[in-house]
Amino acid sequence: MTRGTAADAGLTGPGAAADTAAPGPGAVRRGGRYRRRRKLRKWTELTILLGPGMVLFLGFVLAPIVIGAYYSLYNWDGLGPLTHFTGLHNYKIAFNDPAFVQAIEHTLILTGLALVIQGPLALGIALLLNRKFRGRALMRLVIFAPYVLPPAVTAVMWSLMLQPGGLVDQVMKSVGLGGLVQLWLANVHVVLYTNFAVLTWQYLGFGIILLLAGLQGIPYELQEAAAIDGASPWQATWRVTLPLLGPTIRIWIFITVIGSLQVFDIIFLMSGNNGGPGGAADTMGTYLYRTGFQSQAFSYGTAIAIIMFIFCFTFSLIYQRYALRRDTAGALTRAAG
Amino acid sequence: MPVTYLACIVILGITVVPLLYVFLDGARSTAQISNSSTALPNPWVWSNYGTILSSASFWQFLGNSALIAGVATALAVGLGSMVAFALSRYAFRGREVVYTLFITGILFPIGIAALPLFLQLQLLGLLDNQFGVALPEAAFSLPITILILRPFMRAVPVELEDAALVDGASRLRFFVQLMLPMCKPALITVGLLAFVTSWNQFLLPLLVFTTQSHFTLPLGVSTYQSTYSSNTALILAFTALAALPALAVFVWAERYLVAGAAGAVKG
Repeated sequence: MTRGTAADAGLTGPGAAADTAAPGPGAVRRGGRYRRRRKLRKWTELTILLGPGMVLFLGFVLAPIVIGAYYSLYNWDGLGPLTHFTGLHNYKIAFNDPAFVQAIEHTLILTGLALVIQGPLALGIALLLNRKFRGRALMRLVIFAPYVLPPAVTAVMWSLMLQPGGLVDQVMKSVGLGGLVQLWLANVHVVLYTNFAVLTWQYLGFGIILLLAGLQGIPYELQEAAAIDGASPWQATWRVTLPLLGPTIRIWIFITVIGSLQVFDIIFLMSGNNGGPGGAADTMGTYLYRTGFQSQAFSYGTAIAIIMFIFCFTFSLIYQRYALRRDTAGALTRAAG
Repeated sequence: MPVTYLACIVILGITVVPLLYVFLDGARSTAQISNSSTALPNPWVWSNYGTILSSASFWQFLGNSALIAGVATALAVGLGSMVAFALSRYAFRGREVVYTLFITGILFPIGIAALPLFLQLQLLGLLDNQFGVALPEAAFSLPITILILRPFMRAVPVELEDAALVDGASRLRFFVQLMLPMCKPALITVGLLAFVTSWNQFLLPLLVFTTQSHFTLPLGVSTYQSTYSSNTALILAFTALAALPALAVFVWAERYLVAGAAGAVKG
């Protein structure tokens, strides 16, 4: 912001010299008028450039947060004016509803599993694909493919494969793992993890893309230097590559957590709006859809949405403070410089 | 090296087999499917694919998806590049505040915003309207668009801008005639991101649309599944055809998506 003031005062900027080249008695006055005109022109341009984007963003991203927070303080069924102010009542109901508490637990389990299982898996595959071997381009193409599939397609595809006696069961039997076959989508103890497996199938490619991009930013010479100094490939990876990959891993964690907190499509389409048998795979997203939208309890639903937003916001504040600060601090100074 | 190839085979299997399964089982009869899915179809039953390709609703879903994703992408890239230009090439009071405001939008994903957004669209009279989906999708794509484009635009040398201005061009003309062509690779990347995000979006259309003729392809897939639940083969054929456009765009554009990821990493 301080950077802006210099140009605000008209001290810098291209074109200044060309038009104020006429010296003479009126130069100072004309310079002042010129400066005002230039400033007006700059703000006109800024309005043209920023205006439409700001309107769209304020209207459809920020306004819903404000509207949501406001509606959540009322008891409202979607018709008529907001008259029945109830304060934080909706929030109280939510946290006293065992189904919602369970949905939060499931969401957090899915988030934790994503970090613990998808993270190392994506990292391992990215390291593998960063090596040179025949067929690498094809491997990369194939491995990213699930990420661009519509989640609705993924969900329908897998729910058919996971039917009792479906492809998954047939494959497991044919490789001698028939004893492990479960009722993947009906067993209360399994269904959440079945959903997690399908989510992993869909989203692992994203982590791999991101980590590969990060790996390509690390000069190969560093690995070589480590090798010359007597480090084993394992040590070179662990001690040289991974620390340099830190910023990328931290961004991946951030995006994964924000994504996991709002998970909806795949669970909804594989396990239904009630989150499978006994709500065993119910998440905040499916709970919000069921209780807020389908039962038309809109003000209650907005309270759930605000709670989910607070989860995201709190996480990102803490994460920004303790993990991302170094990276973004660097990025911001670089961006401003 | 053998370990590398072994790992590759396992990964390929897990990724490709489900996709192959959908395409192959779409070419079986439902009776064949319940018998066994592991062999090639015998005989090949092409009528499932024929039924869907000759149904009006499939093409309607496809057209709706294309229209909505097209509008959302055009708006996100058009308005996003204008904002990114203002935030990268102009010095003005409050610039970083505006930038931070846009970037904070990343914390409020469309999946969480959907219900409040639904109420907002109700107020604006945009329910059951294609723009009620396309406009919010464009708005929610702005943060990532700006995040990726700003460093690109910053990197264009100031001398070039000076030269254009000395030649009498306005800054807006510089933006349209020089800046945008120079940022073409980045524009393709953000355009693809916006397009894929819109194409795959499920929750927002689910809330907004009530008329089936407005449905997008993902909604169509789930509707089809519940309508024809007894005819597995037909559902699979529909799912396979619904997956094709996404896969085709991806094969063509993979390098741009990867470039986008690299851009996000460099921030």
